[in-house]
Amino acid sequence: MVENAETIRWERRATARVVPGARPRKVVKVPFVELADGRLQGVVSSGSDIARVYVSAVEAGSHDVSCGTNNNRPCGGARPGGCKHVDALVKEAVLQYGEERVGRYLRAEPGEGELASRLRGGGISPDRPAAEVFSRFLRHLAYLEVPESAAPLPELRWFPATGAVR
Amino acid sequence: MVPGDGGGALMLGIQLAELLANEPVGVPEALEAVDGFDRTLVGGLGRLVPEEAAAVTALAAAVSASPLGAAATEAAEKVVAGSVSDERLVTLAASRAALLGAVHDAQLAALDAAVGRRREEWPAPGGGEPPPDRLLDGARSWLRELALVGWRGLTDDSLRGVDQALTALWAEPAARRLAVLLDGLAGELRACLPLATWERLPVRRWADMWAAALLLCQPGVLRAEEAPAAEVSGRLLPLGTELHEHPTAVQLVVHALLEEGGDRPARLVRFAVGAAKVETLTGPTVWRLLTGFPVLLRALAERRALSVTGLSPLEGGELLWDESAVTLGEPADPFVTARTQLAGAVAAPLPPLRRHPVQLAEPVWLEGYRVRKDVLTLDGHQLRLDVEHLPAAGPLTPQLVGASTACVGLLCWEADGWTLRPLGVRATVRRQEVEVHVGDWAEGPTDPKAAKSEAKWGDPVAVLRERAGRLLRA
Repeated sequence: MVENAETIRWERRATARVVPGARPRKVVKVPFVELADGRLQGVVSSGSDIARVYVSAVEAGSHDVSCGTNNNRPCGGARPGGCKHVDALVKEAVLQYGEERVGRYLRAEPGEGELASRLRGGGISPDRPAAEVFSRFLRHLAYLEVPESAAPLPELRWFPATGAVR
Repeated sequence: MVPGDGGGALMLGIQLAELLANEPVGVPEALEAVDGFDRTLVGGLGRLVPEEAAAVTALAAAVSASPLGAAATEAAEKVVAGSVSDERLVTLAASRAALLGAVHDAQLAALDAAVGRRREEWPAPGGGEPPPDRLLDGARSWLRELALVGWRGLTDDSLRGVDQALTALWAEPAARRLAVLLDGLAGELRACLPLATWERLPVRRWADMWAAALLLCQPGVLRAEEAPAAEVSGRLLPLGTELHEHPTAVQLVVHALLEEGGDRPARLVRFAVGAAKVETLTGPTVWRLLTGFPVLLRALAERRALSVTGLSPLEGGELLWDESAVTLGEPADPFVTARTQLAGAVAAPLPPLRRHPVQLAEPVWLEGYRVRKDVLTLDGHQLRLDVEHLPAAGPLTPQLVGASTACVGLLCWEADGWTLRPLGVRATVRRQEVEVHVGDWAEGPTDPKAAKSEAKWGDPVAVLRERAGRLLRA
């Protein structure tokens, strides 16, 4: 690998920016999206019942999909290549993380065009990660229950906020 | 300039020249030893190639004259021989921290000398209760695993290994610093998976965070903030606001002058408020996470002073913010404060364990410069502007910085030199003079376009809190 001066300079920066930060998006329909455990996974609100949510996922590599309610009832519309919940999940993931990052994590075909069209249209996943993903969602929501604090956090100096646009 | 009055407020070209010209001795050598060690964490200490083994030995050699010397030599020998233990990792992390601490001290001394800033210890509490030691075990074992497999060897599984430890750490206020640091590091590593495919890695940054976390895990380092015997009162005049943010945390840091009255010189102080969050809550929405501090947010948005009756001082020139000990004061222009009072203000040194170049963030006031391509020129001397770290949550943009002629900013130092991170600027926009500060949007965007764009997201904090309320207690 050719190391140029710019790479070396970047590698020696304590505040080097590694991946672009997430972008804000509406969270009503898809309150949770993450790239973890080898999947794009998240939680999609039901259109008809406020107390019900769907847990949807796309596997990295195979692009197999899964979708079902949080108490493990399969989604009626689930089919190879996705359902409306999986579609919404992919769309919101792209809004949040950008197409490049989602595509890289899922190992999508490189190329032009929308990410959804570059997924392999895999089958229905044999795994049903609903319980696991749902518990990660609850863990995620628990951050919002942590009380605010006035104790200084000097370690956040490694994380100066960014994002003002030119 | 009156001799002896410092002059740290208005940073003159001559001071800038002195700062840029005087690279302290020994810094390149110290950084070289650090770099060598940091590169061993790319492939992991578990399987060192000879060149990496030599770098571990060189790190120990670099601190051989210090009290750490003997322990560092032994730790390096054992690690090179393939015997990695928590104790040896901590010794290596401490050696690295000692070198970077020395770099911090040298650069800060150069800065203080250039701008004439005085620094005095101030009474600080010893700290409260430490978190229970068993709470730190999970973090220690995860950090050991990272060191062994290296950044390139990390997988989803190794990152999941920290989740349980994090849940416990977040629940313990005395461990908040470690929780926030580990969560930030783990989130960033996760965002980079699969790690084997990246051409370049932030070698210094991740090693910094790994080492800082490991040192925070040592018994007695973390402590709850405790109300001290002495409290401070007087008038607080904000100079500028910084925002720090990663996917699960946000922190607002205010740099200010504290006037205690009498003939005492003003003190240069900082205080911070923060909240846990989730990744989608970002941009101007982050202010909504801090609404538990209405007096502070209003003071920033309206550029006002604050009257203080009994705030607790902490180590390193910090105050423990307490909304019940402050009231909103009269309007106070941060530029007037900086121009007239920053010069004579007395700063405080950081406690030894916090001394690291990333902690260098010294407020200065500059006026009468020109900006071209993100470089500021003052009396023929050039300083790079850090426009990468202007928060999306505030109104300051690279264009405004580019059009500015005066600013309050932080002098920050990285291995490639000093930069100025603006906190507030005076600029000419469409032939009108405007003053713009990061904190202007503390009560929400004041610019109609930004307010409309923020409104588009609805109130995601409320939406997610509603979901949390419904699902976490279902």
